[in-house]
Amino acid sequence: MSFREAIESGKFLVTAELGPGKGTDVAHLLKEAESIKDRVDAINVTDLQSSVMRLGSMAVCHMLTDLGIDPVYQVTCRDRNRLALQSDLLSGWALGVRNILALTGDHPSLGDHPTAKPVFDLDSVSLLQVIGTLNSGSDMSGNELHGKPDFLSGAVVNPGADNEAAMELQIMKMEKKIEAGARFFQTQAVYDLDAFEQFMKRVQGLGAKVLGGIILLKSVGMARFMNKNIAGVFVPEPLIQELKQAEDKARASMDIAVRLVKGMKDLCDGVHIMAMGWESKIPPILDEAGL
Amino acid sequence: MIIAEQKPLAEIQEMLAPYRKILVAGCGTCAAFCSAGGPEEVDKLAAALVSADQNKGVGTTSIPRQCAEKFIDRLENKIGDHEAILSMACGNGVQAVATRFPDMPVLPALNTRFIGVEKEPGVWTENCLACGDCILWRTGGVCPVTRCAKSLLNGACGGASDGKCEVSKERPCAWQEIYYALKRLNMLHYLKEKPQIKDWPIHPGRVVREDLRQVEVT
Repeated sequence: MSFREAIESGKFLVTAELGPGKGTDVAHLLKEAESIKDRVDAINVTDLQSSVMRLGSMAVCHMLTDLGIDPVYQVTCRDRNRLALQSDLLSGWALGVRNILALTGDHPSLGDHPTAKPVFDLDSVSLLQVIGTLNSGSDMSGNELHGKPDFLSGAVVNPGADNEAAMELQIMKMEKKIEAGARFFQTQAVYDLDAFEQFMKRVQGLGAKVLGGIILLKSVGMARFMNKNIAGVFVPEPLIQELKQAEDKARASMDIAVRLVKGMKDLCDGVHIMAMGWESKIPPILDEAGL
Repeated sequence: MIIAEQKPLAEIQEMLAPYRKILVAGCGTCAAFCSAGGPEEVDKLAAALVSADQNKGVGTTSIPRQCAEKFIDRLENKIGDHEAILSMACGNGVQAVATRFPDMPVLPALNTRFIGVEKEPGVWTENCLACGDCILWRTGGVCPVTRCAKSLLNGACGGASDGKCEVSKERPCAWQEIYYALKRLNMLHYLKEKPQIKDWPIHPGRVVREDLRQVEVT
């Protein structure tokens, strides 16, 4: 079943995420993909995540299609202007990519080439609009395409906004993204199900599928790092203590993830699990969560 | 106003190395207001250059603006036997002076930073990219093209923490400022408008006003 078919079927969706590394070696990445391919509806491939130069998303997405996996091509507006973005979208389609996650992208100053020129000619909202334009058979300038794509588009939303302005802006942008064609949303990592429930109440009825984001907590240090440095991510102290006191940290991390998946089953339309190298733990997490 | 900063002395000395006599020329408008290249800074830089190299002949002068020909003309009788002009104006002033005196090396003593305001003594912030299509009426008087690190037009990116930009904790998130400004002004509906895409101008810019051009009478 393709990701589009899975969305249309109304089933509880499961997606995962792979981050290509720095260099041309993809053996490990493809092995991780193989290990979860039968348990997920799609696998996202990140686009120079955190503005760190790496192997590109489109190439890895194409390799995933060879393995029978339906990839979600993450496309950011950080590095390409409207010419390159449209061209890469068409190239992706020609190589078998059918799903796009449209993102603005982190600022280059956060990554490993901090003085690179930031592009941001488009942003997540206008990129979604452009995908719709390409789907309808023309480019942004109105020129006709010979052979057109039919992408399924999605976007991200951060449910953990930390003040009124941040929250209202997130909701307004989510509405704009839906108007611009987003059919699914993958959220920033969620650890507080009560707060997530409040968020879901605000966005229910908007008409797009919401997949709750789960990042596997690999260590106490990682949890604290995210609380300090990742906007909108909040790991509650009890979870950090649970991890800290556990003898088997990996087991504790999986227990937390299982509870999050179970909790999200009643709150949203799916889960997006970012395992960050712990892909092999995804199948047992899904087993224990009853998926 | 245009905000500029003086270059490191070592770089200025490097560009002045070939010349024995130089004229340090200040600018009395923006560069003076931001304490980078007015008469006071001219005197300080000239003294620093002489103390670093006693053999350098350093003359000084200032004009009200280096971006207007009528003032640039005043430099003509100051040039004398100086071999180069060290301009303490913005890049615009340096080029205007260089255009007026094509046979003189005209060198920049400042790095031109941006169009901005003095936030507090000693702190200046950027407010305008001169993008050519002002949208401040829709954004509560806060420019996202300039003040959002990504120049986003359709709302916040989600990277802000505690109201600060993901790029630096020193920078407020422009979109959160826009949100509060529009809320205050009862204009939040502007945030819900259809997606905006900016058309970028081609540089260098050129503005032509036919009504002001001098038409040759034949």
